[in-house]
Amino acid sequence: MAEPLLKPEPEPEREPNIIGKPFRRVDGRAKVTGATRFADDLAFPRMCYVRLVRSTVPHALIKSIDTTEAEKVPGYLGYLTGQEMPNTFGILPVSQDEHALCPDKVRFVGDPVVAVAATTEDAAYEAALLVKVEYEPLPTISSIEEAIATPEPRIHDYGDHGNVHKVVSMKFGAVEEGFEDADEIFEDVFYYEGNTHLPMEQHSAVAVPEDDDRVTLYSSTQTPHYVHRALAKVLELPASRVRVVACPNGGGFGGKSDPFNHEIVVAKMALKLGRPAKITLTREEVFYCHRGRHPVLMEMKTGVKKDGTITAQRLRTALDGGSYGSYGVASTYYTGALQTVTYKLPAYQFEGVRCFTNKPPCGPKRGHGTPQPRFGFEVQLDKIAVKLGINPADLRLNMLAEPDTVTANWLKIGSMGLRRCIEAVVEGSDFRERWGRLPEGRGLGLACGSYLCGAGLPIYWNHMPQSGVMLKLDRSGGVAVFCGESEIGQGSDSVLAAIVAEVLGVSLSDIRLCVGDTDLTPVDLGSYSSRVTLMMGNAALQAAERAREMIAKAVSEQLEVPSSRLVFSERRVFDAEDPDRGLTFQDAVIATEARFGTLGTTGSYIPPRSPGRYRGAGVGPSPAYSYSAAVVEVEADPETGLWNPVHVWMAHDIGRSLNPVLVMGQVEGSVYMGLGEVMMEEQAFRRLPRHLSSALVHRHPSVLEYKSPTFADMPPVTTYLIEDPDPRGPFGAKEVGQGPLLPMMPAVANALYDALGVRVDQVPIHPHMVLKALEAKRKGQEPRFGPKAFPQVDFGETLLVPTPEQGGDGTAINDYREKLRSGMRSASGTMMTREEALRKKKLAALTTDLEGAK
Amino acid sequence: MDDLTTLRLRINGEDRAVVFPTHHTLLEVLREECALTGTKHGCELGECGTCTVLVDGRPVLSCLALAAEMRGKSIETVEGMQLGNDLHPLQAAFADLGAAQCGYCTPGILMAAKALLAENPKPTRAEIQEALAGNLCRCTGYHKILEGIEWAAAKMRGEDWTPPDEVFYGAMDPAG
Repeated sequence: MAEPLLKPEPEPEREPNIIGKPFRRVDGRAKVTGATRFADDLAFPRMCYVRLVRSTVPHALIKSIDTTEAEKVPGYLGYLTGQEMPNTFGILPVSQDEHALCPDKVRFVGDPVVAVAATTEDAAYEAALLVKVEYEPLPTISSIEEAIATPEPRIHDYGDHGNVHKVVSMKFGAVEEGFEDADEIFEDVFYYEGNTHLPMEQHSAVAVPEDDDRVTLYSSTQTPHYVHRALAKVLELPASRVRVVACPNGGGFGGKSDPFNHEIVVAKMALKLGRPAKITLTREEVFYCHRGRHPVLMEMKTGVKKDGTITAQRLRTALDGGSYGSYGVASTYYTGALQTVTYKLPAYQFEGVRCFTNKPPCGPKRGHGTPQPRFGFEVQLDKIAVKLGINPADLRLNMLAEPDTVTANWLKIGSMGLRRCIEAVVEGSDFRERWGRLPEGRGLGLACGSYLCGAGLPIYWNHMPQSGVMLKLDRSGGVAVFCGESEIGQGSDSVLAAIVAEVLGVSLSDIRLCVGDTDLTPVDLGSYSSRVTLMMGNAALQAAERAREMIAKAVSEQLEVPSSRLVFSERRVFDAEDPDRGLTFQDAVIATEARFGTLGTTGSYIPPRSPGRYRGAGVGPSPAYSYSAAVVEVEADPETGLWNPVHVWMAHDIGRSLNPVLVMGQVEGSVYMGLGEVMMEEQAFRRLPRHLSSALVHRHPSVLEYKSPTFADMPPVTTYLIEDPDPRGPFGAKEVGQGPLLPMMPAVANALYDALGVRVDQVPIHPHMVLKALEAKRKGQEPRFGPKAFPQVDFGETLLVPTPEQGGDGTAINDYREKLRSGMRSASGTMMTREEALRKKKLAALTTDLEGAK
Repeated sequence: MDDLTTLRLRINGEDRAVVFPTHHTLLEVLREECALTGTKHGCELGECGTCTVLVDGRPVLSCLALAAEMRGKSIETVEGMQLGNDLHPLQAAFADLGAAQCGYCTPGILMAAKALLAENPKPTRAEIQEALAGNLCRCTGYHKILEGIEWAAAKMRGEDWTPPDEVFYGAMDPAG
């Protein structure tokens, strides 16, 4: 139903029963008994196994494919090549550049070329090894610099130019004047190496052909809705004949948010062979799927007054995108978008470039595009504090962005708890007393960060809700909740159940969930951009409030009590003024079912409109921003360069904890993952020696060699949950899955400076880098290790956007291209405002075509 | 392929007759022949600890052990941890603390922790960290797992102890 049946009346005030309490997660029992069914745990009668033959060369034309020997393997069932699936796909409408199997050209070691199926996994492996693919090698591109300097041959035949996928250039306010007004100018170059998600579960998908030419795909995906769209497009089936079920993910972190080759291939194979088919990637293949953190080179120029307040900043970023688009256009914008939401930044210029290289595609990893510039920004602030002789905490506290304001790049900040976050970690770590005063080899570093509570716009342009929830109630007293969300371990199922149970006053065990099933559940866009708690939560709140209103109406009539006096609590509905007068929840539902017929409600959520209207304004807006601050204490050995985190103090502005123990888990997990990135993790590549073909290969596609922190590496963490309810969050809640990662890397780098007096301006910080910086210090050179220069890039014409302070209206003054455009596509295909689009199309909700809006 | 082994495996105290290709690992036989999918795999190369099971009480990486070598041995998997319908104290503590987020590494960690507590009922934090250093978890940052093991260990020793409030709610804001 579109509208509430009745005007919602507020429930009499009562203490929450569930919200704010550390309840056991609803899927907790299944996860500790082994009962949770991940995709690879599924089996179906007659199920066969699929294996991909992946490219062994980084860039080449496919000359021939020979399956003769493979077909002789006992148990062999069939094969697929790219010729059978000519349609392209990709997560963003503007970069539909992937094929389920490469039809004519491979772009990285690991690009899939052929798929084989067999009755057993062993036979599929054997057959895959016997497929012969002949390649004609092409020159390869391995780095940002090479991509910029080598326009031909192109890795893709689209993109801004040569091997440059995307350039972005925008200026907000009077940047040059800001630099002129500055007392000091700071210019730094930073580098952030790529790294990968390394979820413990290898991607897996099982496809089952159903009656009437339908197919069901069970997959470890964070975004079943987007997989659904990609499958329909490539399989050339109506979307109504494709069902995608998101199995619980064994970790995602962004690495399972693209539609993947193997998902499409296994579905095609199941349809071709007429039997269920499964594919589970090896760990090595997971490294090739990647979509992880982009390597980013950054140049940051910041002007400050003597008190440290910023007059202007210019940020340039260059991203190594790998071989496909993935989320890359959005990632590029994200390397610039959130610089403005933490501190007052009156004038800001951002220029970004993303390049194609012959490596696995980069995409979104926890923090999506923002940890790299956040690292640069927070390290540079530390340098500014030292140079100006201001305590780093005071420097920041003195220029915090204000709540309920609009930033220079037109982001609307709502609640803003960063002050309390900084104060908590500073106090907790005794930062004011100890910073700058610890013995050599010991140091403290402070850094902050902020993150979205969901991207303000969907990935493909449309007017529909970003999250939908349906409730079914019946005479059993149980409540079934349907939502397209995907549980990736973050606790989305528990958030969904808790919100509904809280509103209806029932217990968690009265709630039954059906999630992440494109046939059965209303669309939720998926578990990415920290959107689920806020967006799904608000949709669940609306659906539950509508159900409560219907029940209240029926109970009010039966008990002759005004509905505004009815309390829903502890599985009862009763009169606030006479608590004995009431019904059990079950009897209340029976009364309602008798009064209204079969009971169901819906809720949905569309984020509020953002004020920015320039091209690119679609990346960065969010209904709310979370804030975090960290102090890290390190010990570092000047003889060896070895260093260790000794203690972490982390404060996170959560708005309100729906379940504090799960929030704690997200904070600690973010601290851990941030430490991994700064200590050791890197998705690095090397060229084989010339006599071995000069191929560009992953340096260590294995869990053993891709170093990540173990139990033994994790320092104690003191966590402060700062509660400052945000009016836009359900019960005031904001995100926690990504934000607390952001301060970790710069806090460590700043702590190493405090410990040894040297700067390492890149991530990860290896011991040899510390030693090199110490050596430079001894020689009287700049005590620093890091990149020296940013490459020459033609960023094209800069979009000029007056700031709110300058009286701007959110548009660019020189966006001729945009003004000439009739369509609705822009940066990531979703950028035009709803009103403008409505005006142009005079129609709503029609752009669900699978090509994306054109 | 044609080389098959027929064996009676003792798993979670129950005998089970299985036939499997001789080169198959214990991990494969547990998951495929026995449908005990609680045991997971993260690398199948002995690098991540996810597939840990107990063989005669000792943690073993089931991806590196041949099922054919399990004759006469007693195998324990996560499915055997429950006591009737009640959770093992480790399972209960993990569930209550959110020590299982995605839950994928959890079965392996539970088995390694069970073996540790059988040998050392009162391990220090450092001893737990060392015993579990071969098990990777990407979600939790390890703290909730460490706290869960300490909580379960206390329960198993019969002590009336719960982790401090700061484990559930975070530390008191020192500035607030």
